Formats: sequence, C-alpha cells, structure tokens
Amino acid sequence: MEISFEHVSHIYQAGSPFEFRALDDVTFRIPSGSFVAVIGHTGSGKSTLIQHLNGLLKPTDGVIKIGDYEISADKKLKDIMRLREKVGMVFQYPEHQLFEETVEKDILFGPQNFNISDAITKKRLPEILKAVHLPETILSRSPFDLSGGQMRRVAIAGVLLMDPKVLVLDEPTAGLDPRGQKDIMDMFYHIHKQEERTTFLVTHSMEDALKYADYCLIMDHGKLVMEGRPLDVFKEVDALNQVGLDVPEIIEFLNAFKEKFGFAPSYKGQSMEQLAKEMAAALKGGANHE
Amino acid sequence: MSSSVIIGQYVPGNSLVHRLDPRTKITIIVFYIIIIFLANSFLSYAILTAFALLSVLLSRVAPSFIMKGLKPVWFLIIFTFLLHLFLTKEGEVVFRIFSLPIYSEALIKGTEISLRFLLLILMTSLLTLTTTPIAITDAVESMLNKLKKIRFPVHEIALMMSISLRFIPTLMQETEKISKAQASRGVDFRTGPLKERIKAVVPLLVPLFVSAFKRAEELAMAMEARGYRGGEGRTKYRELKLKRLDVLVFIFSLIVLVVFWISRS
Amino acid sequence: MEQSPFIKFEHVSFQYDQGDEWALNDVSFHIDRNEWVAIIGHNGSGKSTIAKLMNGLLSPQKGEIYVDHILVNEQTVWDVRKKVGLVFQNPDNQFVGTTVVDDVAFGLENHGVPREEMIKRIDTSLKAVNMTDYYNHEPHRLSGGQKQRVAIASVLAVQPDLLVFDEATAMLDPKGRKSIMNTIKSLRDTRDVSIVTITHDLNEVLFADRVIVMNHGKVLEEGKPREIFKKQEELVEIGLDAPFVTQFSKHLKVEGITFEKEPLTHKEMMDELWKFHLNM
Repeated sequence: MEISFEHVSHIYQAGSPFEFRALDDVTFRIPSGSFVAVIGHTGSGKSTLIQHLNGLLKPTDGVIKIGDYEISADKKLKDIMRLREKVGMVFQYPEHQLFEETVEKDILFGPQNFNISDAITKKRLPEILKAVHLPETILSRSPFDLSGGQMRRVAIAGVLLMDPKVLVLDEPTAGLDPRGQKDIMDMFYHIHKQEERTTFLVTHSMEDALKYADYCLIMDHGKLVMEGRPLDVFKEVDALNQVGLDVPEIIEFLNAFKEKFGFAPSYKGQSMEQLAKEMAAALKGGANHE
Repeated sequence: MSSSVIIGQYVPGNSLVHRLDPRTKITIIVFYIIIIFLANSFLSYAILTAFALLSVLLSRVAPSFIMKGLKPVWFLIIFTFLLHLFLTKEGEVVFRIFSLPIYSEALIKGTEISLRFLLLILMTSLLTLTTTPIAITDAVESMLNKLKKIRFPVHEIALMMSISLRFIPTLMQETEKISKAQASRGVDFRTGPLKERIKAVVPLLVPLFVSAFKRAEELAMAMEARGYRGGEGRTKYRELKLKRLDVLVFIFSLIVLVVFWISRS
Repeated sequence: MEQSPFIKFEHVSFQYDQGDEWALNDVSFHIDRNEWVAIIGHNGSGKSTIAKLMNGLLSPQKGEIYVDHILVNEQTVWDVRKKVGLVFQNPDNQFVGTTVVDDVAFGLENHGVPREEMIKRIDTSLKAVNMTDYYNHEPHRLSGGQKQRVAIASVLAVQPDLLVFDEATAMLDPKGRKSIMNTIKSLRDTRDVSIVTITHDLNEVLFADRVIVMNHGKVLEEGKPREIFKKQEELVEIGLDAPFVTQFSKHLKVEGITFEKEPLTHKEMMDELWKFHLNM
C-alpha cells in the first residue's frame, strides 16, 4: 500500500503546561512495497509517527493516506477496524501483550477480532508458525511458560496471521542477543519480500537500516530532517552527526580510511568480503593512489 | 495519556504555596474541609471562597489550567446542583420550569452544596498541584510518627505510598502501551455494548498484572541488593523543618478561622 | 595492597528450581581487586545468575563464593552487599526513589549513614555520573540512560569495592549506551574499584582487562579481549557476534594483509594498515 503524509503535525496535551509538539510538519510519500527505516534518537518523534499509521493517534494537523484510507485532522476516524486490519503493528517488547491461556488462542485473538474466517486462519497458521520458527506443539502451551524469545515470536505470529499489507516494527530486536536479533530481522525481511508488503522499521541500528531498508526517514525534534536511499543518506555524515546520529560502522571506517590514505574503495553495499578484496588490492597496487 | 485529570499532577514552581511545609498545607486543608461544612451564611461562604481564590492566586498555577483540570468534576458539581434543585421542596416557589416548581430553599441548598464541593476539590487539587507526592508522603509519615509507639507500621506505609507514587506514571505509560497494542489487534475499548467493553478489558488487565508482578519482583530484588531490610536502623535523608513562612501562614489562617466563626449566623 | 582475588567462585552450581537445568554448572573463576572483567554469553547462558550470586541475592546449591575473603552466607550477606554494588538491566525496575536524590539516598538510608555524610556522598556520586543537574527530577522525566546513571550513582554512594553491571545497557538506545560506557570508563580511571560488566554486546568488552565467556552454564573461555576475539567462529557459534574490526581484519588477512598486532579498534586497525601500506 502506498503511504503518504502531508504536512502532518501532532501536539500532545495541547494547551497545558505539558504541551509538546511531537511531530512538526512532516511530509513524505512511500511507494507500495518499500522497506522503510525510521531513524532518530529517543524523543525524535519516531514512535509518534508510526502510531499514526494505524490511527492510534490522529494528527493535530495535516492529512495521512494509507492506501485508500484517509486520516485527517478535521475529520473523525471512520471504520477504523478496516485500517487496523491492514496495518500490523509489532510494538517494542511485543511479548508484553500476551494474555490468553494458550499460545493458539493468543495468536488467533487478532484475526478473530477482525472477523477473519476460521477456515482462512486455520490454513495459514502452520505457515506462520514456520515463518517465525515455532513448533506446532507450542500451540497448546501457556504463553507465560515460554522463554522471552519464544514469547516474542508468539506475539509476532499473532500480528502476521492477520496478513497485514503494511507491517510496522518498533525496535523488534530490543533486548535480544546478537543471534536472536539477526534471526528476527532476517525473518521480517523474508516476510516483507513474500508479498508486496510495505514495512516500517523503527530502529537505532544503522547497520540494520543499511542492510534491510530501501528508504530511510531521519527524524529529529519532530521534524523529518533527511530522507532517501540508505546509501545516499549515510553519505551525509555531518548532517547525521548534527542530529546526534552515527553512520554504520563500515561507512565510518571507510571514511576514516579515506582521510588517512587519500583513497578508499567506494561503498555500494557490497559484502565485507568483497570490500576487503578491494581494499587489499588498493593497498597493494600503488597505482590506485591517484 | 489522559491530560484532563490534574489531581495528583505536580506543577513545579517556587511560589509561596509551593514553599510551604507540606504538613502546614495538609493541616490547613484538613481544617478547611471540616469548617466548610460549618459555613451557614453568605459571608462565611464568601470568606472561604476568598481564602481558596487567594491560595490559587498565590500558587501561581495558571487558573486556566486548574479550570481545565476540574472539567471531569464539573459534571458532578452540576449534577449535585440539579439534584437539590428538583428534590428540595422547602420555601416559596420562585419560578417553574415546565410546570415543575423550583423552591427558594432548593436554589440555596443546591448552590451551597455545589460550592462546598467545588471548594473542596479546588483546595485538594491545589495541594497536589503544588506539593510533590513524596513531600505529601513525608508529611504523612512525620504526622503519624507518634503512632510508631503503638507498633503502627508507619515506615512501611510511607514506603508503600512512595513506591506506589513512584510507579503510577510508569504503570500509566504501560497501560497506554498495552491498550495501544491490543487496539492494533482489533480490540475496541470505546464503542459497542457494555458487555463487550468489559470483555475488552481482559486483554488489557492480564498483561498489566503480569508486568506489574514482574516489576515488583525486580524492584524487591534491587532494593535488597541495595541493603534494604526493613525500617530498623535506617537513617532518613528527608527532613521537614517548619520555617517562619509556615508560622506566618498558620497565624493568618487562624485569623481567617476566627473571622469565619464570627461571620456564621 | 593484597594480591589475593577479591571475588572467588569455587565449583559453584546453581539451579532456579529443583529438577531444572543447571543455570550454572561447576563454575570457578576469580576477580582481582581493581580489575575489569567482562562476562559475555548469549541470553540464558547463566551470566546474569552470576551477578545475583555475587552479592547473595541467590545462593548456590553447590560450591562456595568468597567476597573479600568472606564466605557469602546468610550471616555475612549484609556486609557483602556493602562491598558489591549491582546495577540491573531494567532502568525502571531499580529506581526506588520518587526523585533522583531520593533514589541515591535509599541505599545510604538502608545502611544507616548519618544525614550530613549522606548529603556529601549523594553530591559526589551524582557528580561522578554527571547527573548533578537532575537532583529533583522524577524518574519518568529521565531517559533510560539517565536513569541508569542514577542507578550507578546510587550504588557508588555506598562505596562498594566492586561494581557489577548486569546487562545495564541492554535496554538503552545508542546514546544511553555510550553514556553508560563512558561513565564506567571514567570510574575505572578515577577510583580504586573492581568492575564486572555482563553483556552480550562484544563492543562493550574491548576495554576490559579480562573476558570470561559463558555458554550453557559453563565457563567456555577466559582471556584478554584480544585473545578472545581471535576465536571468532567460536563466538558466532554460541550466538555472539564479533565486532566489526575483528570481522573485517579476518577478511583482510584472507586477502594477504598482515597485522603485527591483532587490531581491536578502528584506530589500531588504521595504524596497522598504514604500516602495511608503507612496507609495500
């Protein structure tokens, strides 16, 4: 689904001493099927932004379009369930939303609320379990007896079973160890690719943005300060530093390398292996110096 | 988050009311609440109202903010007023609304009760607006201290109060977070028949309890790790000292009390 | 100063419930005075259990733990807790006070420190973590990193000989993480204190004197960071990730680049590459 924001602002507790402008005139357009990384440090407005994607928040100003659904400041939200069925939200620490007696009931909770027929969910359940790497034997267990990592997968399965066209992920790897992080991200990437899904990933990891995203939104103090393809965005080191963000380590290293040696292999998203090859060749073959 | 509820929301400041010892404020408010029910003449109400307005003025909390905060209570105040208006049948008939007679006593009673209610809410919210919750806890602990002798668990109660206060904002954030997560899964908290809405609370309450228990467990461990083992042998960082300002305010309030007493009919 | 270790684990085994898998299985190691030891391992490797055993929040079913020559048991546990300070993972669930200053005071009150002394210690420990501007702030108005810094100050105020950071950065954003790592580094530079950092982020162990690698309740490996990082495949196998520099240097070596010293940081790698470049 194509998603667009037009001059969207959001003010919390307007008119009180605690008034806070969390989004400030944000405009962007995301084509269907994109993998968007939303980057910015805590308090930059990222969470506020994504909560507009399924109408949890309404803009104080401006218009949002998600596919053919329109949210605007001056109109009441109509038929919000139609939107929420299409936009799947995986919040930070999603395991905190589990509440049912069994894993199966919890996974089916969302789809039932949206009146998705049992026939469809029953058919899709095994596929989803496979996608999140959970065994079918887990279905009859209590979600509270599982390990933290398994609980998170159950929560994610519950969102995926609704077959959302837009997937919003708010730091889905927080608190996991390196392997757990990689597994979860690879899984989401796979799911993203499967159908023409649009994915929003809120992340602090520039590495993940570089690896998975094809578009970046950089937020600071409620404003959209930069946007574009990751490789282009990460070229703007100074602009990023200005808003307190770093570039991926690999780019940081290449920049420093270039500073010291006067030359460096240009980064186009190649693997570390390939990059080492190019760097070694450059270091050995003095011809590349000029 | 619910922005209209101001009871319990502290607004930082350095006004005269902010600087008062919390015990002074609590004592005055307790007395205020008692005598508000003893007012019986126009003048006595006027004095109490003036006292409340003066306090608001001195607190330098924006009146518009206080008014906004009273919003949820307005309904109750108006409701009480109407209740008295229609149910009291004493005095003369002043006028009629759709052939329903309105008596003079009804008007007076209704106004009296609503005014009492309004002043009461105003003063107590002024306390919480100008006093940090922890200062209130300290004051309560200090005022109850004498009860320690009869083995009343003053320290434990004060600690429980302060920890609850500490975790109220955290749990509110948590509630908001979980309700948003469940709303995203298609739970509708706002519309539908009452039975459905009550059912919608389960997916909110269960995770909330689970997380609160987990927090309690971790907090207990953190407290133990920092050497907590009950009130025995503990020293205290916070100490309350009455200042000259407190004495002056006490004297002033006493004068108001005397004037009030004279003004009663 | 004595040379004998400050903390000694001797054949320690621990399980949370009878019949459970052993969270720790016959673990022995020691930590010296003024040493910085990093304990790494995947989630569930037993590394956090170690932290709780160190100041008697848990007690082992088998084996002995000594802190400053004292055997940790029910009688000694309160003394041990003065010597070993713990900073936990969740910034919210260890903030006891309603404001910053109350939280730092909490530990001091527990240990019966007189008020005058308390005021001094609160001041110095908040200075040490750079939080003096936040005396009367309530926890919900602080960022995660700031809350963790208060947690560190609270522990410092009691003047322990050992600070244990149990995944203290795991729930923080990069900014918060950086601020905590800088705080730890500056503590180490400015005072006599042993430090144990428990983490699964290998970027955080570069500055440690020694690394203990945990896997399924056992000590898998022990050594200096440089030695540990050489065993990249092993680390990946147990669910950890080698830092960028280590990974990249491996690829460069394949391409025939030689390093005199295994680089750990960007700067070290740059210097090594420069040397290689000059010799070409």
